[in-house]
Amino acid sequence: MKRNIFLIFLLLAVACALPFLVSNYRTFQLTLVLVYAIALLGLNILTGYSGQISLGHGAFYALGAYCAAILMDKAGVPYWATLPAAGAVCFVAGFLFGLPALRLEGLYLALATFALGVAMPQLLKYHHLEKWTGGVQGIVIPKPEAPLGLPVNADQWLYFFTLFVTLVMFVLGWNLLRGRVGRALTAIRDHAIAAEAMGVHNALYKSTAFGVSALYTGVAGALGAIAVQFVAPDSFNIFLSIVFLVGIVVGGLASISGALYGALFIQFVPNIADEISKAAPWAVFGIFMIGFVYLMPTGVAGAVRLLLARRRTP
Amino acid sequence: MKLRFLIGLLAASLAHPVLAQKKYDPGASDTEIRIGNTNPYSGPASAYGTIGKSIAAYFKMVNDQGGINGRKINFISYDDGYSPPRTVEMARKLVEQDQVLFMFQTLGTPSNTAIHKYMNMKKVPQMMVATGATKWNDPKGNPWTMGWQPNYQGEAQIYAQHIIKSKPDAKIAVLYQNDDYGKDYLKGLHDGLGAKKSMIVKEVSYEVSDPTVDSQIVQLAASGADVFVNITTPKFAAQAIRKAYDIGWKPVQYLNNVSIGVGSVLTPAGLEKSVGLLTVAYLKEPNDKQFENDAAMTQWREFMKKYYPDGSLIDNLNVYGYSVGQTIAQVLKQCGDNLTRENVMRQAANIKRYRVDTLLPGVLVDTGADDFAPIESVQLQRFNGKEWIRFGEVMGGR
Repeated sequence: MKRNIFLIFLLLAVACALPFLVSNYRTFQLTLVLVYAIALLGLNILTGYSGQISLGHGAFYALGAYCAAILMDKAGVPYWATLPAAGAVCFVAGFLFGLPALRLEGLYLALATFALGVAMPQLLKYHHLEKWTGGVQGIVIPKPEAPLGLPVNADQWLYFFTLFVTLVMFVLGWNLLRGRVGRALTAIRDHAIAAEAMGVHNALYKSTAFGVSALYTGVAGALGAIAVQFVAPDSFNIFLSIVFLVGIVVGGLASISGALYGALFIQFVPNIADEISKAAPWAVFGIFMIGFVYLMPTGVAGAVRLLLARRRTP
Repeated sequence: MKLRFLIGLLAASLAHPVLAQKKYDPGASDTEIRIGNTNPYSGPASAYGTIGKSIAAYFKMVNDQGGINGRKINFISYDDGYSPPRTVEMARKLVEQDQVLFMFQTLGTPSNTAIHKYMNMKKVPQMMVATGATKWNDPKGNPWTMGWQPNYQGEAQIYAQHIIKSKPDAKIAVLYQNDDYGKDYLKGLHDGLGAKKSMIVKEVSYEVSDPTVDSQIVQLAASGADVFVNITTPKFAAQAIRKAYDIGWKPVQYLNNVSIGVGSVLTPAGLEKSVGLLTVAYLKEPNDKQFENDAAMTQWREFMKKYYPDGSLIDNLNVYGYSVGQTIAQVLKQCGDNLTRENVMRQAANIKRYRVDTLLPGVLVDTGADDFAPIESVQLQRFNGKEWIRFGEVMGGR
């Protein structure tokens, strides 16, 4: 335990030092890694812990991003205040979507969420909403500057802001998942009827899990929009949802640290693949993915856990 | 006398190094000019990726021939999968990490919109973007961004002029895609008709997500219109042409330049159903018989065989890449040894009636300090069931 805390502090120290050691562009990429980590944690709560597959989390990411963009662009809300709003909207949307979706199990739920994911970009283009969404043109938002004259540039400031939000979200997630709620969700995943018999309110837990999961993804979406400074329907196609799913499987299902590994994977591996082959970047990406799944069947988080356990028991 | 001559000599020798002084911004040096680009090599719009590949091939040829003013072009192109956030990431990588002198031919309206503000804030040229939206021609508001191809509004204005001239009592029906591209065209059509806007009897839109435009065509036919302006992307263009023919509606049809591919649009629609379609062109079509022995096109085919052997010899996007490559090569030649971002932009805004040999005869590249639209002239053409036949004069621009 002591060792774990030491590791976490070491990691934090490295995370704080990084933006001063690398270029602004790398800092921007690391900000995106943190953003994806929050989204993946959200999806992991739903898919990893409570066993419900979602192929449509890109839709909640988009919803969060648009919430932030519209609030900043139309209502002049400061960027930091858009996060709770985006989270709340996505929680409600996720909870409501979760209610009817509860009746659907496994692959059927996957299909229902898939429908949400494919529909989202087109809903965003819907012309009656154009006043707010800007249609296909999307919305361009300004970049936040560091407050109080802090000696950091805009990229570094956004990184630290995102790091702070990520920490809060991870601590909250850890708190939620290690106790009663986490156990109940895992019980539902492993045997729904047994969980019900033990007094777990399946319907409530499942739709709450959906809501919380959407909340995390929505906050990530809002942060992502602020970092990229632009939202458009084409940014949130179905591929994004699938990449999220890839992220949690590669990172490690039902693991909090897995979200971070998964985020690193989905941020950097496509770039590496593109550098290896211009002609078939996705084929290279596929090889990476198959490699990871074969070599680390429990995700990167699982492999790290195994490695640490081995070192401790020689 | 002798003294004066000596002073003159001295002054000349002093003045000379000042004139020849080399000026560089990041990405330029005595040996290299670094140019950045994003293209959709994967994803839904990957068919356009061949533009990036043909430009890369063009620069390879330029380098083999000794480069531009002795400098080799280092063309760095990344895949953005037509996803705007990835374009932002890649543009930042190119500007901040790879330190390119300027960005060139970044492809797609949403992708370019995503980096529009960033490029102008950073004062790095967003040069000759690969999209026909009209908003890139905004020298006052966005002095670091420039388009290249004829813009949508200009094209639609030419249709309007032609309708007014050839069919003054026309009743016009319009089908357009409900997004900024469709609306850009529609605005051009309205502006072009001006006071005669009432000639439009029916306007119907469709969403990219619609499975077909059949019901829209039925509605338009029912309006009794005798001119049909078809502002659609390839799949819908084919559907519209076929449906109009099948229900016996025989208006004069104008088809936007976006969808004039004989192989990709007219063949699926039915070649016999496409007879009489009108459109405009500015590039030489690679499979046009008239250009079979054209010197420039022969040269283009040789270029393709040598530098881009995987590329299609009937895809006009490869002519596009080659043509835009020639344009930027001219800009860089004009820059001489002053390779600052500011001078690149200044020279790009100072192309005077430059002839790119793979553009149609009479179509010239021309820009000015308040004109960031390099190609503004096009020529009308009609489909005869086999190929497009150009007619009339080169229109638009100067």
